[in-house]
Amino acid sequence: MTHDAAIRRPPRAQVAPAAVGFASIVTALLLTELLIRIGVINRFIVPPPSEIADSFYRLFAEEHIVRRFLLTAGECLITGVMISAFGIAGGVLMHRVTLLRQACETWVAAFAAAPVVLAYPLFMVIFGRNAWTIIMLAFVAALPPVILKTIEGMAATRKVLVDVGRSFNLTPTQQFRKILFPAALPAIFLGVRLGLVFALINVVGVEFLINYGGLGQLIEDLAERYDLAGTYAAICFVILVSVLFFIALEKIERWLRLVD
Amino acid sequence: MAEAGRLSGAAPATPGLSPVTLLRIAIILGVLAAWELLAQSGCLYRDVVPSLLAIGSALIELLSHADYYFNLGVTAGEIGIALLVGGFSGLFVGVVLGANRYLSKAFEPYLYYLGPTPKIIFFPVMIMWFGIDTESKIALGTLSCFFPIALNVAAGMRQIDRVLIRVGQSFRANALQMVWKIYLPAMRHPIINGGRLGFGMALIGTLLAETKLSNKGIGFLIIQTYSVFDMPRMYAMLIVLFVLAIGANALIGRLGGLDSIRRA
Repeated sequence: MTHDAAIRRPPRAQVAPAAVGFASIVTALLLTELLIRIGVINRFIVPPPSEIADSFYRLFAEEHIVRRFLLTAGECLITGVMISAFGIAGGVLMHRVTLLRQACETWVAAFAAAPVVLAYPLFMVIFGRNAWTIIMLAFVAALPPVILKTIEGMAATRKVLVDVGRSFNLTPTQQFRKILFPAALPAIFLGVRLGLVFALINVVGVEFLINYGGLGQLIEDLAERYDLAGTYAAICFVILVSVLFFIALEKIERWLRLVD
Repeated sequence: MAEAGRLSGAAPATPGLSPVTLLRIAIILGVLAAWELLAQSGCLYRDVVPSLLAIGSALIELLSHADYYFNLGVTAGEIGIALLVGGFSGLFVGVVLGANRYLSKAFEPYLYYLGPTPKIIFFPVMIMWFGIDTESKIALGTLSCFFPIALNVAAGMRQIDRVLIRVGQSFRANALQMVWKIYLPAMRHPIINGGRLGFGMALIGTLLAETKLSNKGIGFLIIQTYSVFDMPRMYAMLIVLFVLAIGANALIGRLGGLDSIRRA
């Protein structure tokens, strides 16, 4: 057995708790089903898990959930491209111009704590009730972590690497392309990852709030129709998509750190 | 004379103001001037970018109305209760998961991955469970702040110096005494950090819920200004809200000594 394989295979001591965690969730679902069937929990408030599971088929066949998913994914993708382009450029600029960094870094950090999503009525007035409201709001909310992590990554570049660049008489552009950017890439991706997580949260949230677009609107639609099982199934679907998205981003980030 | 000229030339233009402060002032003035120019230019629909004077008047009017403070009180109450319920349940779950590695491996991954999912989508469920009044907003705020607090506390528990735990055990402290005398004081920073994150999440969750379905609270006032297209008032309200949120965030961090940790 190779060393890699040994790392990848989970030891027995770790498999058991994971199984217990999964079994607990299944038990809780079965218990909920039972309590609903015997009438302890009102089925018009909490639909039985079996009904929710059945509704998944309807989401695909009748509610065009794949098309809605692609719409949400497209909005997230555009936001991701925008935060990467503007966030990394802003971070690099602030790293290069020390005075600008000293003046504005605290502002960017403070802005990261601002509840930007609450300005969605304002964005609706400016951009209208369309995908641009969703994308621009997600962009503004997700930009600060990319800027901050880019600055952090650039500033944390090992001095020896910068000195190597200097000893080769690299121009500032070469120094940036060959030394600073590759060294800061894992930190930059961490920023982009955080930004994408914020983007997804905001995209789905604003879709739900303004009743426009993909998965968020589907939940709002189903809730308005009082299709409880469908609403719960759609919420489960969004959670599943979010979790898979976070896991994929984490794996890419780990791979980037290994490459570094 | 030349020496004096050189000296006076070397002296800062405005004594007492550093270049950073000057740049900050320049940026603020530049943004305000650009805003006013855009407002006066007529390039955008009327009132989408209102003049600074209109926003200033709306701000003064907003802050001088008792009605605003009543709604602020309603929202603050909802956030406060959400933080209490979500905070204590998050603290409890965090302590349990942090103290037991087996339970942590079994359940923490679920918390970790559910934490960053969008919570507002649970609002229809909260309405079904708790009704359309303040309870559903409190429930959404509670759900929003539970995850960051639980995860921070669990991580904080694992970082406690083993020596402190052994000291507690050697004094034969019972479980409650261990929590009260050892665990909680030793992990005050992760708890405060979790509380700060939780506060932000509770604020967003509660206010978003208010914008969706409510007849009181700051979220309701914001969506009302949208309905009647009172843009200066909407800007004024967002400015006050952002200042309050950023200020509260900074205050929690400062009171908890988080700034000093970062500087150290």
